[in-house]
This record gives sequence, C-alpha cells and structure tokens, in this order.
Amino acid sequence: MTRDITATDGVTLRVHESGPPGAPTVVCMHGYPDDHTLWDGVTAELAQRYHVVAYDVRGAGESGRPHGRQAYRLDQLVRDLAAVIDAVSPDRPVHLLAHDWGSVQAWHAVTGQLLRGRISSYTSISGPCLHHADHWLRARVRRPTPRAFRELVTQLRSSWYIAFFRLPLLPELAWRAGLIQRVLARTDGAGTPTAANGVNGLQLYRANIMARLAALPARTTDVPVQVLAPQRDPFVSLSLQTDIARWVPNLAVRKLPAGHWLPRTHPHAVARCASELIDYTERGAQARGLRRAWRTERERPRFADALVVISGGGSGIGRATALEFAEHGAEVIVTDIDQQAAERTAQLANTLGPRASAYLLDVSDRGAMEKFGTILRENHGIPDIVINNAGIAVAGPFFETTVADWERIIDVNLWGVIHGCQVLGGLLVEGGLGGTIVNIASAAAYLPTRSLPAYATTKAAVLALSQCLRGELAQAGVGVVAICPGFVHTNITNSARYVGLDAAQEQAAKQRATMLYRLRNFTPRHAAQDILRAVERDATIAPITVEAKAGLLASRLTPGLLRALAKTDLIPR
Amino acid sequence: MAGKGLTDSAHLGKFREVQQLAYAAAESVAQTLQPGVTEKQAVQRMREYLHGRGVQDWFHVPFAWFGDRTAFHNFWTPVKFFPTHRRLEEGMPFILDCAPVRDGYMADIGYAGCLGTNPVYEQLMHDLAAYRTLIVTRVREGAPLRQIYRDVDALIDRHGYDNRHRVYPGRVIAHQIGTVHSRLPQFIAAGFGIRSLQTLVGDLILERMHHRSPLWADGEISNHPATPGLWAVEPHIGFRDVGVKFEEILVVTPSGDAYWLDDDLPHVRRWQQAAAAS
Repeated sequence: MTRDITATDGVTLRVHESGPPGAPTVVCMHGYPDDHTLWDGVTAELAQRYHVVAYDVRGAGESGRPHGRQAYRLDQLVRDLAAVIDAVSPDRPVHLLAHDWGSVQAWHAVTGQLLRGRISSYTSISGPCLHHADHWLRARVRRPTPRAFRELVTQLRSSWYIAFFRLPLLPELAWRAGLIQRVLARTDGAGTPTAANGVNGLQLYRANIMARLAALPARTTDVPVQVLAPQRDPFVSLSLQTDIARWVPNLAVRKLPAGHWLPRTHPHAVARCASELIDYTERGAQARGLRRAWRTERERPRFADALVVISGGGSGIGRATALEFAEHGAEVIVTDIDQQAAERTAQLANTLGPRASAYLLDVSDRGAMEKFGTILRENHGIPDIVINNAGIAVAGPFFETTVADWERIIDVNLWGVIHGCQVLGGLLVEGGLGGTIVNIASAAAYLPTRSLPAYATTKAAVLALSQCLRGELAQAGVGVVAICPGFVHTNITNSARYVGLDAAQEQAAKQRATMLYRLRNFTPRHAAQDILRAVERDATIAPITVEAKAGLLASRLTPGLLRALAKTDLIPR
Repeated sequence: MAGKGLTDSAHLGKFREVQQLAYAAAESVAQTLQPGVTEKQAVQRMREYLHGRGVQDWFHVPFAWFGDRTAFHNFWTPVKFFPTHRRLEEGMPFILDCAPVRDGYMADIGYAGCLGTNPVYEQLMHDLAAYRTLIVTRVREGAPLRQIYRDVDALIDRHGYDNRHRVYPGRVIAHQIGTVHSRLPQFIAAGFGIRSLQTLVGDLILERMHHRSPLWADGEISNHPATPGLWAVEPHIGFRDVGVKFEEILVVTPSGDAYWLDDDLPHVRRWQQAAAAS
C-alpha cells in the first residue's frame, strides 16, 4: 500500500506499507543516495511478521524535493519521521531500522525530545549520530594516542568525499556526468542511484555537517539500540559506529562481514538481527545472537551464548571439546554415530554449561546430514562454530588395505567433513554473520608414514580442503581452522582397524598402541583447550602436541628427513 | 589382617559398629562445615568426635579434601594428601576420609559432600551408585581383582570421568582390613598408625608368598579372585575439578560369596531416596 503524507512544511512524503496492519510497526529509513527500494529485500522478510513502513526521505525517490538547504536540516527530517509515525502507528510506539543518512536521522530522533516514548527500539546500520561523531572526533584530536590517531586517520581517509560534497556545483556536475555513479558501481551493493537522488541529497551534507564549529551538546538515549556494523564499510569506520556506549546504555553491537550496503547485500541477516531486537522489546524473549551482542561492563565467559555443533562428540577429542566449549559458556549440540555416547556428552556438558543436546548422526550419510541441518536450524538456530571431528583410523600396509577399508575411511573422514562443511558450514554462510568451521585433520596429514597410508591420505585431504575453503569463505567472514593433533590419548587406538594382522596380533597391537598413547599422556582435554584457542585466534593450521608442532616445522624445513622417517614402521607389535 | 574367621557374625557386628561410628563422624562434621572452614579444622573436628567415642588408634589419620583437591589435581607427592589451610566456599565439593581403630576393630570410610549445590557433584554422586553394584557383582562372579579394576576403568571411560583412585599409593581401589593386635606403641608414621601398618606389612609378606596381595590394583599381583575377608573398597571418580568417592567394607566369605557389610550408609540412603523419589 502506498500513500502520501504531508510534512509540517508542506513537503509530501511517499510512504510504502506492507505486512499485517495489527502487528508491531517497523519504520525503515534509507540513506544517501538511495530511496525506499533499498529495503526491498529486507521488507519482503520482515513483512511476514510485522507492519513494515518504508518511506522516501525528502529529496529522494518520489517524495517532494524542496529547494534550499534549510529544508534538509536534521530537526526538519525528524519532524518528517514524526509525521510518518503519526500516520502509520498513531497509538503504538514503532521500531526503527535505518541505514546511512537514514541512521543519522534516526539517531537524531531517538536522542531528541520530539519522539520521546514513540520509539521502542532502533537498529542502526552504517550511520553515526552526528553529535556522537563530533565527540568521537574531538576526543581523538584532544588525546591522540597511537590507537586514537589510527582510528582518526582511518575515518578521515574514508570521509574525504564529505568535503567534496560541500563544494559548490562540482558534485552536482559529477553526478550529472555519471562520474559518482561509476565510482559507486565499484562498491558492493550500491545499486544504481539516480542523479536526481544524488543531487538533491547533497543538501544533507551541506545543511548538517560542520554546520557550526562549537562542540555539539552530548545527546543520550534510553531506547535499546542495536548497531549492525559492516566490517568492510569504506565510509563509516567500525570505531565511529560502535564506540558510543557512554551515550547509549542499552547498546548491542554486531559486526558483520560485509560492505556498506548491507540491506541490499545481506537482507536475510539484516531482517534476522532487526527482528531479534524487535521481538526482545515486544515480548522479552531474547535470541542467542542478541544476548551476545549487548555491550556490558561485566566479564562474560569466552564463548557465552555461542552455538557450537560438534560431530563425533561421543568420545575422545570430540567429547572433550564439547565439554570445554560448554564450560566456557557455549550451547553445544553433540552428534555421534553412537547416540548413547552423544547423550552422555550432552548430559555432562549440561552440568558445566548453559544447555546441550545430542543427536544421532552418521556424518558419511548426506541425507542424514541434510536432515540434521534442517533440525538444527529450526530447533537451535544458525550455529556460530561447526566442528567436523568424527573420524576413524585404519593402520597397516597399503596392499593389505582393501577397497572396503578405503571406502569406509574415506566415507567418514573425508566425505563426513565435506558434508559437514557444505550443509552446516552452508548455514554459517547463509546466516551472513560469519562464524568458524573447525576441521579435525591430523599431524599425519603432513607426516608421511608407511604405517598409515589410508588414514594419512584422508587427513591430508581434510587439510587441503580446509585451506581452500578458508580462501573461499574469507569474504563471508567464516574462518576455517584445520586442527592437526599428534598423539592424543583417546580410544582411537582401540577402535582403529589394523589391516594385515590376524585377530590376536591386532588385539596385541591395539593394547600396545593404547599403552604408548597413555604413556605419552596428552589428554583430550588438553587438545580441547588448544582447539578453543585456535578458534579464538582463527588459526589456519593448529598443530596440537609438541610432536605435531615439530613435525609441521620439519615438513617445511627438512622434508627429506620426514620422507626418510616414513620408511619406519610405526605399528607396535 | 586377613585373619581367619573375620566373617563370623560376631566380628562383623563389631566392624559394622566402627564403620557406623566413622560415617557418623563424617556426617556430623559435614553438618558443621561452613564457608571459611579449613581442611585442618575439619580434620581436627573428626579427630575430636572419634576420640570422644572411644577410638584409640588410626589405620590412617583422618583426611579432608576441599574443592579441586577432591579430584587430586597435581597430587605429585603423597604429602599432598594431608590437610591444608584451603578454605571451604559455597558450591565447593569436599571429601572426608577417616580410618579409626576401636578395640582392635578398624573401619576405613570416605564421605563425599558439597557445600550448597554443584551440578557436577550431583551428577558424579548419581553415577557413583553404578560402581557399587558393579564391584560386588563381579566379585561374586569370582572375577579376578585385576579384571574388576579394568571393568571399573571401562565404566569410568564410558561415563567420561577420570579414575582418581589410581592416585592413591599403589593405585589401589581397595585394600584388606582386619583386627589390630600389636604390642607396638601407638604412633603415627607418614599418616598411618604403625600398629595397623605392622599388620598390613605382615599380610603383604604372607600374601605375596601366595602370589596375592592385600592391596587391590591393576597389576599382575591382583590377577586372582578376591581373597576371603574384609575389603575396604574405595572407587574414586573425578570430573573436571570435582572428585567423589565412597569407601566401605565388602565382605568376601570363604565360599566366595560377597556382600556389602552395611547398607545403612549415607551414600546408599541417598541413592535409595533418589530411586524412591523418581
């Protein structure tokens, strides 16, 4: 539904409404040089649950285009917003969702008196409060510590265009000649702004920025504000957007792996984050992601409110890692081919952390993985960390390793990781909020040995896959970490298959290997602690245990030595 | 100590009395534990309680472990077993362990408790019941002690816990006990009463001649079914920073049957109540 609303100074504003009229109202405010179509993708999702209102700001789209810069002062723009709110939701406060210059206006509204009590929540993308920006800038000039200086330079480097826009006539000419459009076309998601929007909107800069030299008074707000800060925004730096907690006591900050035009490039993520804040203010129910986003003074557990999924979590490194994450505040989802074992891990994790659940899953079964992905998404949400841990071992000479042995180990160790990365890692990418995929490879991936041809092959493949995927997913903000444990004392020595040995010899080999691993005495818990650290520092390859670290170094410095050592039979007899 | 005839009902009655007394001491001291109480104070209270009720000697002096010391973290030397100035805090688990001797009869008990609530402690205590059943069942079946030790380890592994009794001297899960008759003076050496030690060492030599041991661990010497007599069995399991145990007398009759001397003990009552409540 479309209608025109008349602003206090007679300018008409074109307002578009969608979604159920009785639902909470969300007012979307676009920035420069966009119009309401910026929100099309986001509106399509939000309108399923809310009454969504998107209007063209004066000077843009089909709204009126008054002449003279006074008509574009922020106070007037806030009066426009008030007129829209009066018309679309006269009795109930609204939720704001704003981008760029829309954000600047919305900040002015939530920190001002005119709309006090009329706004329940505000989600801001890539636009600062001009008063906060003024203080931010002055504070850094006054105390130019190295960090402050760096932040200042970063912001000023991206703000040069503001000075250009304040020049007379030149920017108009640049718009008319299509130059600015060509520059913008090189940024992700800028769309195709019209010259008319570009030229009219210049008044925003001329009327409001550096309108006076004296310091602006500080403006605060009690409205809960969520800042969605794109990490690759070429115009507004992270610090300028997020270092504002002293004026905004109820502040949640989420950094997104994206560029400036987030509503256009990541409509799902924007809709999801915005609805989480709306639902929280309307009903008090708080989503995990939002809980984690609040800025607070008190110290929180390292992985508080993170959702971690781990395969093969019924024993060994998988179980220890699940427990370690739980102990540091994460909700863990444990899967295993042995349901009882998975449930036991979840039960133990429940004694340490907030919540844990268990699922039966054969990682080599694509159908089962996809089904699990759907259940995960519906029952628990999009994970933050996906750990592909499930693995088996086959030891013994190449010619004794049967096709069935090969198929089984490739199915679990390699296909399991591929399915996990595609289905569960796919959720991370789709979620748009970044995350981490952890693949448990092995030191055997880079330490060749005649004793583990099948196992080492699958693990080397996992290592290669992890590194390729890391390159591919960097853009999406999803880190891919390959973990390479050495001799960690788990039941893998007991569950391994030793080819080319009879039952008695195999049993003896198992016992001996188990004993040697026990003497080595590197516990799964130690490995788990290292895995948590690797996730925190987004390591590319994390060798675990001294021998794995030394091996990695040797594989780079003296590969010839390792090739010589590969001739040694490691199977204890 | 593994003297003949200990499994007669007259003897068993005496052992039961001492064991009841020891558990009463632990329970009553546990009641008095408040935040700020140290291990040394707890031990002193157990001593006073037991001395006041006719205990003359110790198999070993009372022990108290608070917090992560219940899981024996970093117990590299046996000195670490002795009580420290560690103070009890809200939510902290604790273990009280004492082995009094009265009129020549000894008991050796372990009592695991917690100040306030601690979910890890609750889970461990709940799971500890399975070990009591497993051990008596396997002894009755005549399984070699070493094998039972490994079965306990396997259960610990399935549960996702750590074996903490392997930290005890000799990695023992149990040791034989009996009556103490000695002309040596009352004296404590390295935490053990020397008169009890004298009988234990005598047993060690005697049993060694039969390729058996009064100590029950996972070595070759424990590769035999349980010797008739009384065994103080003490499975000690741990998870993260919490350890729990029970320790009580298992009676092995000359015919090879086995049963727990007394079911009226705090941990058993706890499990019975939990079972009744569910």
